[in-house]
Amino acid sequence: MNPDYLDFEQPIAELQAKIRELQFATEDADINISDEVTKLENKLDSLTQGIFSKLNAWQVAQIARHKLRPYLRFYIDALFTDFKELHGDRLYGDDRAIIGGMARLDGHPVVIIGHEKGRDTKAKIKHNFGMPRPEGYRKAKRLMELAERFELPVLTFIDTPGAYPGIGAEERGQSEAIARNLFVMSELRTPIISTVIGEGGSGGALAIGIADRVLMLEYAIYSVISPEGCASILYKSAEKASDAAEAMGITSSRLLGLKLVDRVVNEPLGGAHQNPDKMAATLAAALKEELAAQQQLSIDELIRNRREKWRQFGEFQEENNA
Amino acid sequence: MSWFEKLIPSRIGTSTRAKGNVPEGLWVKCEGCGSVLYRAELERANEVCDKCGKHMRQYARARIKQLMDPDSYRELDEHVRPVDALKFRDSKRYRDRLSQATKDSGENDALIVVTGKITGIQVVVAVFDFRFMGGSMGSVVGEKFVRACEHCIANGLPFVCFSASGGARMQEALFSLLQMGKTSSKLAQLAEARLPFISVLTDPTMGGVSASLAMLGDVIIAEPGARIGFAGPRVIEQTVREKLPEGFQSSEFLLEHGAIDMIVSRGEMRETLGSLLEMLLKKPASSSSDVSVQQQEPVAAEAASSQPVPDTAQTETQAAAMSNPQETANAGSSGIADSPSAGKTATDKNTRSSESGDVPDGTTPRPTN
Repeated sequence: MNPDYLDFEQPIAELQAKIRELQFATEDADINISDEVTKLENKLDSLTQGIFSKLNAWQVAQIARHKLRPYLRFYIDALFTDFKELHGDRLYGDDRAIIGGMARLDGHPVVIIGHEKGRDTKAKIKHNFGMPRPEGYRKAKRLMELAERFELPVLTFIDTPGAYPGIGAEERGQSEAIARNLFVMSELRTPIISTVIGEGGSGGALAIGIADRVLMLEYAIYSVISPEGCASILYKSAEKASDAAEAMGITSSRLLGLKLVDRVVNEPLGGAHQNPDKMAATLAAALKEELAAQQQLSIDELIRNRREKWRQFGEFQEENNA
Repeated sequence: MSWFEKLIPSRIGTSTRAKGNVPEGLWVKCEGCGSVLYRAELERANEVCDKCGKHMRQYARARIKQLMDPDSYRELDEHVRPVDALKFRDSKRYRDRLSQATKDSGENDALIVVTGKITGIQVVVAVFDFRFMGGSMGSVVGEKFVRACEHCIANGLPFVCFSASGGARMQEALFSLLQMGKTSSKLAQLAEARLPFISVLTDPTMGGVSASLAMLGDVIIAEPGARIGFAGPRVIEQTVREKLPEGFQSSEFLLEHGAIDMIVSRGEMRETLGSLLEMLLKKPASSSSDVSVQQQEPVAAEAASSQPVPDTAQTETQAAAMSNPQETANAGSSGIADSPSAGKTATDKNTRSSESGDVPDGTTPRPTN
């Protein structure tokens, strides 16, 4: 049992351990067992494929929250150069649940804003598990306005369980901070591309998610409330999280089908954590492509498209029998 | 389900809930002070307890009726109805929840939009109905809200929204989350058209509604004692593991923390909105409205004399008009309000204006030109 892996990943972990053992063995011995390793690797691939092709929504949620899943900090290092972190909202404090700054993507300067959950316990506390307080959103807003002023595109990365539900956060206007970002992003006169890289938790996610293009990594989730939260309210039992996840349709494929997100970025076999570098390369390519397309447009066209995009969300019927 | 539960007829479970939502009795107990109030009287008082001033929830149509000039308004987009795009099912099917909500409230969804007049000013007003699935925002609420804004932009009208909502509607999942973006984006366009948006927060305004349209008002007003916030109190308590401070997330708490502009009681809402809108729209203070506080001497006297004011009050008013224009203005307003204190108008300005409630706080009456 590998504690870093989820229940349904254990067969993968076992096979991986076996392959590693064999590889160690070949280093010492003269015998050539590369054929054997290749055979096992093929077996690993088909096993992983088998497991991952049948993931239900709740299992995807667990992958999205995987303790080995690459977080924003990793992508910043892997995708960008010259990252200069910019701190603080200039009003109250610096909320580390949201990281922001300037960097270069393929040589071109951009503004990066995103949630960071933190890997180890100390980092998790520092980043408050990726749950922003109002200062985080206000820092994000400040950086977006900076981006607009200097005509730099904005790339946001979403990975949060949600906005932090605390006393201080409420006192300092959590609602207003989120609302203001929605308002400002709607008309920000520079391209915005948002990518859900892990957990897209409700208003806390959307507050940096009003974009021209919304991307999702294949095993990311995006929802109005966590499956557990939905289950405890609607099913009166947090154990029904799996049912709630299914009912809400939180996975990338479902949301793409509903046209609520624009593009799904495929993950390496077994999820981003199995091959973070490959994930980074795929994401970098997707972002460059999306950005190039948006930069073709004049700012007026860009704003017109963004307005239309956000105008049309929703399903309803209308009876004109009056 | 246990054998015992199976024996109980299902309606026993639902009857108590229906009672909570729609009090049918002749008498109701005040949620604030516990006084027993006569139902019809409470309705006449706009669901405000006359003993303790507690503002109980008022449903959308009653609020619209109280707020708007009589016969001045019509409903917009009343035929927009919800659909169950996700075939959502929890312990109940969403479709069933919708039809139940329609049965309980008589509404198609949780937002009602009208266009009409408040103290003579043409406006668009959107009002949440908390009875309809807790005023939750799904696609219909978002669509009607956005169309209301578009009606404002097309006709150059100001917009007022009364929110009462638990937040986004879970049964519409991500569709409902994105309504936060949809409504906020349209409010940004309304702002760009320089049309005023006054957001009135009533009990409760929480979650996704609070974290989008409700907090984006040019002016944000709350009713007294409303619960307003992002996260629910239980969630916060579980997270921080401490007791929440007294009055946490109340209107008064928000005012103290600088989140809202003012707290206005239901009885004064109409006049306050009228006065704010007049100023935002740079209209002269209207003489037809109840808030004729900014009148010139002769006009005020005329307004007062054209109203059915007791003779004594009128003479006092006219006498005051000679000496003090401020007194005149106030006297005029009291007379129009048909207030029983009209006879004492010229005696004590301070006590009277606070009694009658006609003069918004801090508005010093002063002659124009």
